[in-house]
Amino acid sequence: MKRRGIALRKTVDFVVKLLSIFFVTITIALMGWIIYIVIGKGVDALSWTFFIEPTAPYGVPDGGIANAVLGTVLITLGAAVIGVPTGILGGIYLSEFGSKSRFGDFIRFAANVMMGMPSIIVGLFVYAMLVYTTKHFSGVAGSVALAIIMFPVVLRTTEDMLSMVPNSLRESALALGMPRWKSIFYIIFRSAKDGLITGVLLAIARVSGETAPLLFTALWSDDWPTHFFTEPTANLTVTISEYATNSPFDVMHARAWSAALLITVIILVLNISCRLLFGKKRHG
Amino acid sequence: MIDSRTDKVKISVRKLNFHYGNHQALFNNNLDIIANKVTAVIGPSGCGKSTHLRAYNRIFELYNDQRATGTISIDGTNILDKSVNVLELRRKIGMIFQKPTPFPMSVFDNVAYGLKLHFKVKRHELQERVEQALRGASLWEEVKDKLKKSGMALSGGQQQRLCIARAIAAKPEILLMDEPTSAIDPVGTLKVEELINELKQQFTIVIVTHNMQQAARISDNTAFFYEGVIIEYDETEKIFTNPKEKQTENYITGRFG
Repeated sequence: MKRRGIALRKTVDFVVKLLSIFFVTITIALMGWIIYIVIGKGVDALSWTFFIEPTAPYGVPDGGIANAVLGTVLITLGAAVIGVPTGILGGIYLSEFGSKSRFGDFIRFAANVMMGMPSIIVGLFVYAMLVYTTKHFSGVAGSVALAIIMFPVVLRTTEDMLSMVPNSLRESALALGMPRWKSIFYIIFRSAKDGLITGVLLAIARVSGETAPLLFTALWSDDWPTHFFTEPTANLTVTISEYATNSPFDVMHARAWSAALLITVIILVLNISCRLLFGKKRHG
Repeated sequence: MIDSRTDKVKISVRKLNFHYGNHQALFNNNLDIIANKVTAVIGPSGCGKSTHLRAYNRIFELYNDQRATGTISIDGTNILDKSVNVLELRRKIGMIFQKPTPFPMSVFDNVAYGLKLHFKVKRHELQERVEQALRGASLWEEVKDKLKKSGMALSGGQQQRLCIARAIAAKPEILLMDEPTSAIDPVGTLKVEELINELKQQFTIVIVTHNMQQAARISDNTAFFYEGVIIEYDETEKIFTNPKEKQTENYITGRFG
């Protein structure tokens, strides 16, 4: 037998490594660039009033973004209230009961398809189901749309996290005479707690940046979100899109950049904090 | 000889067959487990020792494709019968697994959990009962100052004794041990073995082990399994000094397995 050339293998190894580093650098550089631009353009319009005043109608020079911040928080919370429990319960089914059944496989497949669905389709769907039928846009319709996007994400993360709990723990809980539901909620959940919280937070972070589904549902408004269930509700992302694309006024463009900065910071903080809080422990 | 007429039979297994999907793992197992004795189940890997044990508390029902047929009578009741309350059955039968499985909570709560699951206990009584269970598992002296610490922070041997404490807190009558010392160090093993010796005063113990010296050291009776069949069942001393079956002799003398 002839030995393979060591030099060639070393070269290939080196080239592969170099390419990987190169493309990773590009990814990080792009992210850095986005953050740099958003910060550079966004800080200009930041001021005290920006955070405490509601948005002003077109042509009015002052005004802030506070109503949109509050609206986004409400819409996202509403989405979490609907999407998290359902997603977690679905994840329990997949991991604990239907892991090998045909029905379970079907649900898993459906959830994967749902995750890949363009969010604008979800927006249209909720528009047809909730907005068109009730004849008004509303914050809660936005929550429903975001919940539909969250649901498969929470479901699959829950399933993954619960599947990581060793079967021996399930068995020892049951062997003690614990009913199935208790073993799931008190023992298995406790064991998977960090991963579950991380999954939920990441799902929330993901939907809090969605725009398209809200265009069809929550729309936007210059008012405080006092009629969350019946009227268009202010929110950050649609406001950004509105200010950036439909407004001729520079002051509004600047405010759109600041709103973009704000939402970027919020999502970064959500992401980084849950990695810091739970990331290490999950592997340890 | 094990004489089921003179000794009190706690568990009586008849014609037990076990299937994993289409694969049959146990064939017509018949076995009488004597009360307040330690019964060892030995045999080479994959011979069905654990499978046999896991039928006693129906823990295999967690998996959809596993099923057992035949009868397992515990104090005269066939526990494979669907009408048997499996939660009460499992209170009566504690189980210790190969790898220690403390719950992700404090040492105290690990034991208190098993207790509160089956009994209404007042706060001050709980303290007492937990201590009692930990003493029963010869763990109290080692953990009395770290009851609030996580059960997962104990050593492997201590974790295993914590699991035993958790199991005996539920006041069982039978303890099933599935290779309880194979994942812990020699010192921890010794302590668990000493504990088993004490526990047989109160409990009927069935222990699966791949360690023949262990079976010889701690058990009163021994069943030898091979390929899902019980080849021989007798007093431990007889099995190890004067086995009747050729296969048993080959196994205990180390010719295979």
